[in-house]
Amino acid sequence: MKKIFSRPKSLREVSTHYCPGCGHGIAHRLIAEVVDELGIRERVIGVAPVGCAVIAYDYWNFDCSEAAHGRALAVATAIKRVRPENIVFTYQGDGDLAAIGTGETIHAANRGENLTVIFINNAIYGMTGGQMAPTTLLGQKTATTLEGRQANLQGYPLKISEMLALLPAVKYVERVCLSSAQEIMKTKKAIRQAFLNQMQNKGFSLVEILSPCPTYWGISPTQSLNWIRDVMSKEFPIGRLK
Amino acid sequence: MISKKVLITGNEAIAEGAISAGCEFYAGYPITPQNELTAYMSKHMPQKKRIFIQAESELAAINMVFGASAAGVRAMTSSSSPGISLKQEGISYIAGAELPAMIVNIMRGGPGLGNIMPSQADYFQATRGGGHGDYHCFVLAPAYVQEAYDLMFLGFDLADKYRNPVIILGDGILGQMMEPIVVKQHATRHTPHVKKPWALTGCLGREPNIAKSFYMREGDLERFNLKLQKKYQVIKAKEQRYEGLFLDDARVIIVAYGTMSRIAKSVVINLRTKGERIGLIRPIGLWPFPRDIFRHIARNSRRRKFLVIEMSYGQMLEDVQLSVEGKLPVEFLGRSGGGVPTEKEIIKAIKSAKS
Repeated sequence: MKKIFSRPKSLREVSTHYCPGCGHGIAHRLIAEVVDELGIRERVIGVAPVGCAVIAYDYWNFDCSEAAHGRALAVATAIKRVRPENIVFTYQGDGDLAAIGTGETIHAANRGENLTVIFINNAIYGMTGGQMAPTTLLGQKTATTLEGRQANLQGYPLKISEMLALLPAVKYVERVCLSSAQEIMKTKKAIRQAFLNQMQNKGFSLVEILSPCPTYWGISPTQSLNWIRDVMSKEFPIGRLK
Repeated sequence: MISKKVLITGNEAIAEGAISAGCEFYAGYPITPQNELTAYMSKHMPQKKRIFIQAESELAAINMVFGASAAGVRAMTSSSSPGISLKQEGISYIAGAELPAMIVNIMRGGPGLGNIMPSQADYFQATRGGGHGDYHCFVLAPAYVQEAYDLMFLGFDLADKYRNPVIILGDGILGQMMEPIVVKQHATRHTPHVKKPWALTGCLGREPNIAKSFYMREGDLERFNLKLQKKYQVIKAKEQRYEGLFLDDARVIIVAYGTMSRIAKSVVINLRTKGERIGLIRPIGLWPFPRDIFRHIARNSRRRKFLVIEMSYGQMLEDVQLSVEGKLPVEFLGRSGGGVPTEKEIIKAIKSAKS
């Protein structure tokens, strides 16, 4: 019998620590599938963030580096400059990429580093217990915005992808989401594009993935997918930004 | 290997030394008084097809060094005191991931923004770890421009051998001063003698490598820390470095490092010609501290005294006191915030130590 579906070689045979309904497992798998399909598993070097995906390197089956919180793009910049023949990507959450690491993000993008960035936006800090993220929506209740985020106190959800798309050295920015099977397939396509761009030396590519966090959104996994579709993607519109 | 003589500043000598020693990657951020170093690298690294990046911050620079070192090449950053404070988190990660790295601190006055005058007030920060966690960096303290150049070879070798960060601790005077030095012409490029099977190169034909300092499973971090401690014990036993002068019969032994040791040495030599029994210990390595020579003297002689002189209010002093174990008196002379103890002040301190 012909085998038509299996675990990607780029994914280790272990179970993850993620909560039920979390989007990280899906995003990890999509990256692993793309890496396998592009035949680059032995060339890839991933850079894991600090946050829920801190031990992503325990799930992927290729070379990886950790990075201090927010510094993934500094670490990745150096790896890629030292080893231009390798395919280097970062995997970062909203706190990592758009709060503590804003400087590294903007400047790596502005230098046009030939890197692939997978940006997981779930509008919350998961690892530390559900605090406000830079991408938390107005009115969204978190551990540090008990009455909901207020613009006059905490500012607005930060649209860092739109900001990055303005930079001349940035080649590709697309926002996708994990709210349905169809959207997941579009997400995979975007990830593939971002890796292909690097392989063709096109420069800085970023895929922002709206990803569910049922635990800290305080709703069920199904409701979380609906919330992405009906609420979150209104604030963060799906589609290609550059 | 062909050599040539050049007139060069300390900052430039450190840069040239790094290049000669096979540094493949440099990232830095402007700060006085070490800017000549970054400028030199920006000119000479690309000429040799090596990587120079002016980073957007000290944080980015040190984390770039983490990445470059994880990718298997000799990597370096440089800065001055406030910038080195910013790098501490990254240095802790580098030590925790057991990556080799070269960090140059051309010290200026502190605390805070302080000033841009020379200082030695970052001794504690450099020798005690500096960032969070139980770790140590090698600390090498050149006193001469030639030595600054030479120590880059030793520093990169130590970093690779022990997979540990190395700090070159100089001061603004050393960085800015020009002296003639001999430089080597043909340096190793890829340092092929050092094998780095742990480096991130893509997992072609092997199991994946991971560069990390994170140990979540119960007991793992303690085991890792014990492994680090074992490494540090070996380093402490094997890697003590100092220069000693007139130690056989000196009644007063001055202890000073870096620029301060040069002023002290000229006092010692002058007083010797007048028949005074003065000596000098100049620590070249500050961590590990050259404890054994102090112990040896303290355990085997009486009626001798140490006089520690620093451009700080007494930081290396504590290491001398710990090494002497209370067996001999330890006096101190120090100025900070840009003040440098003068020959006159040193002679006065020696007189008072003798009385």
